[in-house]
Amino acid sequence: MRMCVDMKKCQYHGQCVIAAPDLFSFAEDGSLKWVETIDDSLRQQAEDAADVCPEQAITLEG
Amino acid sequence: MAPRVVVVGASLGGLRAAEALTSLGLAPGQVTIVGAERHPPYNRPPLSKELLEDLGDIPDAFAKTAFRLKPEVAAAHWRLGTPAVAADLGTRLVHLSDGSTLPYDALMVATGLTPRRLPFPGGDRQRFVLRTLEDAAALRQALRPEHAVVVVGAGFIGCEAAATAAKLGCSVTVVEPQGAPMARAIGAEVGAALQRLHTARGVRFRTKVGVLELICDRSGTLKGVRLSDGTELEADVLVEAIGSSANVDWLRGQGLDLSNGLLCDNHMRVEGRGDLYGIGDVARFPNPLYDAEPRRVEHWCVPGQTARRAAETVVATLNGAPPPEAEFRPLPSFWSDQHGLRIQSFGLPAIADGIEVLEGALDTPQTIERGVAIGYRRAGRPVAVLAIALPPGRALRHRAFLDA
Ligand SMILES: Cc1cc2nc3c(=O)[nH]c(=O)nc-3n(C[C@H](O)[C@H](O)[C@H](O)COP(=O)(O)OP(=O)(O)OC[C@H]3O[C@@H](n4cnc5c(N)ncnc54)[C@H](O)[C@@H]3O)c2cc1C
Ligand code: SF4
Repeated sequence: MRMCVDMKKCQYHGQCVIAAPDLFSFAEDGSLKWVETIDDSLRQQAEDAADVCPEQAITLEG
Repeated sequence: MAPRVVVVGASLGGLRAAEALTSLGLAPGQVTIVGAERHPPYNRPPLSKELLEDLGDIPDAFAKTAFRLKPEVAAAHWRLGTPAVAADLGTRLVHLSDGSTLPYDALMVATGLTPRRLPFPGGDRQRFVLRTLEDAAALRQALRPEHAVVVVGAGFIGCEAAATAAKLGCSVTVVEPQGAPMARAIGAEVGAALQRLHTARGVRFRTKVGVLELICDRSGTLKGVRLSDGTELEADVLVEAIGSSANVDWLRGQGLDLSNGLLCDNHMRVEGRGDLYGIGDVARFPNPLYDAEPRRVEHWCVPGQTARRAAETVVATLNGAPPPEAEFRPLPSFWSDQHGLRIQSFGLPAIADGIEVLEGALDTPQTIERGVAIGYRRAGRPVAVLAIALPPGRALRHRAFLDA
């Protein structure tokens, strides 16, 4: 499964980092980092992150 | 026949309920979502924030705020624009405004809140609340540069609306009968610091006074408001942000505790019933993360958290299985954007009895702009952290305070 974050929408709420700490993090410079290709064991985390993002910036494909 | 679940309320809570039910194995055809509004679910927080600044017409606003519908949710039964007017809990029937009825095996209540109004007549076309797309679009039309805007109520929605109106060039005064803005949610000290920030950005405050009456001319046009200390404020626009009441009237007369929303247990069930559930802003439920006191929590995260909990219990019950054993202890969180600064909270600052500054200083608008973190304790125990204007990574790191 592929995960995209639309940085035009992202408002840096950080809810994804809380919901899916294995997939999202903030770098030292404050930018959002995420894993783009997600294997099945982390699928639920990715879906949780997409659900809690208040800006609907996270999309999952596949 | 396969069991049927009726979800009343087609906003964030109703949407999350439908998502959770279908992801837990119900077929879309077993789920009906009833909504009073004619729109599919959309997101409310932008309505008082950035979106309000450049809000177009209603279709445009809907396009910018609509939630994505997963295919299995889109395939459920949607009854939009037809509010539930009553439920018969004995025969398990929901009555809709068009006269139709829906039988259910489980009923999930996600009807949210309606803003309270000031109990004064007059000025109807210049008075606004903020809950729906229509509310926001109407208010946006009225927020013209140079207009005198009076916001009554300095909660989050009032403060956000005031900041947005000031940015749009309006002359803004906030009237708050209690003390500092947002004090009930985040405490008097932090509220007072944020009041200084608002003041520095041109928003005036009149605290510890209430609105006594509206001043209208003979044609009924609003001219101003008279305050309880006898002074008057000019007003072209009046924003009523004095809080909300839970939409539970349609459930009255059947012995439910509706004193402040729908009283639920830790499984989001109405105590003693396996067929009636509350979700989101309307639900009053205990969170053992803090104590046994049932509370209504009006934050965006709550519909998602409570919908999943309720759906797990519904599906288990329909399958004749016991409800989930683990306690439901969700961490509440909320954010607010005012004057371009993010306020982010984790936990329940409202229940704290003391605060400590963890980073930065609340002293002046300038120190606040550089970023502040505040820890909240109750009887010595950490119950919340609040970050103002901190970069997201740093705000998140302060969550560790809650584990102390
Ligand atoms: C302007 C604004 C800004 C906000 N900003 C923030 C923020 O920055 N951060 C944050 O954490 N939270 C914020 N919130 C709160 C957040 O939006 C709410 O917590 C959330 O919308 C609650 O969702 P809900 O589904 O429980 O209720 P609601 O969104 O209120 O939805 C209830 C739905 O039920 C419908 N309904 C009512 N009665 C009936 C009936 N009898 N039959 C059928 N349908 C019915 C209503 O029309 C409505 O569509 C904000 C809210 C508003 C209004
Ligand atoms: S939750 Fe959404 S808005 Fe927030 S940081 Fe993650 S992607 Fe961005």
